[in-house]
Amino acid sequence: MFTVRIQSGDFDAAAEAARLTQGRTDIGAVVTFAGLCRDDDAAGGAPLVALTLEHYPGMAEEEITRLVGEARARWPLLGATVIHRYGRIVPGDNIVLVVTASPHRGAAFAAAEFLMDWLKTRAPFWKLEEREDTNDWVAAKDSDDEAAGRWE
Amino acid sequence: MKILYFAWVRERIGLAGEEIAVPETVRTVAELAGWLAARGEGYARAFENPRVVRAALDRRHAKPDTALAGASEIAFFPPMTGG
Repeated sequence: MFTVRIQSGDFDAAAEAARLTQGRTDIGAVVTFAGLCRDDDAAGGAPLVALTLEHYPGMAEEEITRLVGEARARWPLLGATVIHRYGRIVPGDNIVLVVTASPHRGAAFAAAEFLMDWLKTRAPFWKLEEREDTNDWVAAKDSDDEAAGRWE
Repeated sequence: MKILYFAWVRERIGLAGEEIAVPETVRTVAELAGWLAARGEGYARAFENPRVVRAALDRRHAKPDTALAGASEIAFFPPMTGG
């Protein structure tokens, strides 16, 4: 089962992983990655109050579905679930979930990392940081481009 | 043509999207960005550094030299920061 969801509400990582393996006996490895909103980014600045995630409806789901297709072409996946939230998210809350399932762990680990690296640079989402004194759009990181580039 | 703007491109232009009749002389993504930049102050600020503005044509990532031919929707936005 391959699932991509874009939603404002929270997700349950354990329940999503369980759904991928339910009733199957061929899956030997499940990797679950959850990305959370953290508050430690401000170097001497005001603490983060919240992130607001803007997205391109339609394209967000289509682009992540293309990335899942690319992952399936590279590794023997038996299932994958990607969920990305949008809207206002406070520190400690979930932002993104990637679950991959395969017969062996190597493919599940690699595909999960590939999906996260590519999602960061290709999925149409933008983070607005809300601090006590300012609101600023997060700048893209060169390190994210480098992380995505190593899979090419 | 339907044109969409996201994040700080949307804020600078002051619109989430608009329907514009693009002249036939405007053939590529980069040419459209340049043409839009001449429409007003907000547009000029949004496209002041065209190299950092990304585009998607009919919901697929496009390059500056991608031809607009036949596309019905284009979006302009900053580098993505999701995940």
